[in-house]
Amino acid sequence: MAEMQIKPITMNFGPQHPAAHGVLRLVLEMDGEVIERADPHIGLLHRGTEKLIEHKTYLQALPYFDRLDYVSPMNQEHAWALAVEKALGIEVPRRAQYIRVLYCEIGRILNHLLNLTTFAIDVGAMTPLLWGFEEREHLMGFYERACGARLHAAYFRPGGVHQDLPDDLLHDIKNWAQKFPDFIDDLETLLTENRIFKQRTVDIGVISYDDALSLGITGPCLRGSGMAWDLRKTQPYDAYEEMDFDIPIGKTGDCYARYLVRVEEMRQSLRIIEQAIDGMPAGPVMAQNNKIIPPSRGEMKKSMEALIHHFKLYTEGFHVPEGESYTAVEAPKGEFGVYLVSDGTNKPYRCKIRAPGFYFMAAVDHLSRGHMLADSVAIIGSLDIVFGEIDR
Amino acid sequence: MTENHGSDLPAGGEKETALLAMADHIADVVDKMLVSCAVVRGEIELRVNPADVPQVLTLLRGDRQAAFNQLIDLTAVDYPERESRFDMVYLLLSMDNNRRMRLVAAVAAGQVVPSVTGLFMAANWAEREVWDMFGIFFAGHPDLRRLLTDYGFEGHPLRKDFPLTGHVEVRYDDNQRRVVNGPVHLVQEFRDFDFLSPWEGMQTQIAEKPAGDDAEQKG
Repeated sequence: MAEMQIKPITMNFGPQHPAAHGVLRLVLEMDGEVIERADPHIGLLHRGTEKLIEHKTYLQALPYFDRLDYVSPMNQEHAWALAVEKALGIEVPRRAQYIRVLYCEIGRILNHLLNLTTFAIDVGAMTPLLWGFEEREHLMGFYERACGARLHAAYFRPGGVHQDLPDDLLHDIKNWAQKFPDFIDDLETLLTENRIFKQRTVDIGVISYDDALSLGITGPCLRGSGMAWDLRKTQPYDAYEEMDFDIPIGKTGDCYARYLVRVEEMRQSLRIIEQAIDGMPAGPVMAQNNKIIPPSRGEMKKSMEALIHHFKLYTEGFHVPEGESYTAVEAPKGEFGVYLVSDGTNKPYRCKIRAPGFYFMAAVDHLSRGHMLADSVAIIGSLDIVFGEIDR
Repeated sequence: MTENHGSDLPAGGEKETALLAMADHIADVVDKMLVSCAVVRGEIELRVNPADVPQVLTLLRGDRQAAFNQLIDLTAVDYPERESRFDMVYLLLSMDNNRRMRLVAAVAAGQVVPSVTGLFMAANWAEREVWDMFGIFFAGHPDLRRLLTDYGFEGHPLRKDFPLTGHVEVRYDDNQRRVVNGPVHLVQEFRDFDFLSPWEGMQTQIAEKPAGDDAEQKG
């Protein structure tokens, strides 16, 4: 039989593909079923967050951070709150720090639950998604009880958190946290030793340690490649210094290692949640500074000055001293950073948001070359991609 | 690679000394290419000329003591009133030393910046984004296309002279049966309130007129 030349095919993956995790258009150059080049076209969810923030006061800019990675909103707010606090030089009360840590870890579990279960459905396992979303409902219930919103919380503010927690909430979170390990065990029985799941993920999308550094990969994906780097440990912020937890790392750097790291991170988050609840100090949840922190309703009814402060803070906002700074937090996906340039007025001059997912998406081409088409789905799933933060 | 990097952090005053020592060391490494080096808000800021950026990044990555081996982010800031209009900002991280720094290079409008994609793969998309948002051109970039904006978009949105509303909006055209671009039509006039006002009352005193001023005018 004569040798046949197969013409490379260019294929569109998305923007309306369920495994694209949002609005990703992936242009694939295929040699048969093997990917020769992947060219992600992003920006379909671009909302100009950075430009909008330049036109808002520092407090008005905060809710935009919920809308970046909408799977773990409070972790993003945390980065903004810390960035503004750094620029203003204000201290956050201990109770607020503990509440923030508590809710960041709830956010981490929220994120990992969504990622692990959608990853599983991408490679053919339906049940984890249904189970996982039931647990996410509980967690979003805790969000709602703290701040009134299930997703777009706007709860962390520069100087602390907006309001104190209701009385029995901590008790309920603790009850939930004691039951949750059973759920993780159940989830693992479905996936960890599952033959199909392992066939789809082991040795797929291997990121070597050096490539991970060069590609700017952070978070669980970097730890999956064997680097014990976690900003909560290495550059601790708020109350993370007082928390006792371990950093799980993978050995192989493939999709399966990233899955294992996330599962173990959920267990470590539970440890932090329990410590944060047990050690929760009493006291105020906002810093005491009338020129930055809005007064309480009660105060406004009695004090003329409080009323003036309230009016000024919600119209003009507070002024931030001139300067530049970069603040990063360990968001569930990786290093989420805010490069803030302030010019001394009430609005940020420039706010660059460093989203971890942006660099994951940039790595997709590098990772999926030479893999089969179906593997690109596993790779995208394991990288934990959410378009809110990639497109900004 | 399993050691915990958190334990070897110097505490309190030591931390500051170590930071200043590192800033001095970086200034030494960069040597003649240095424009300025400062520690602001506990962060090292190094300024160089844009043409030297790839060489400086190579030096900072290769130097064993500095070892800034990860490019965390790369962005630009627009200062339209300045002669060199843009600041290119490179945020670096050294995981070995647990230290961050930023490299800043002032770029004039139309000036070409050498690409650092050869050094860090992460720079690929980041430079595409800067090209898209600010219109700074990177020489030697393998694939400098727009990244975040729409196909066929014109202008560079994060420049300060680009309006918040943009110039075009998309709508569905019934006759052509497709989505078309048209000029922005605002239902309500764009409102951008300037709330800047003296927070603490008047800061400056109005200069008192010298006595006799009025008399002279009348006369």
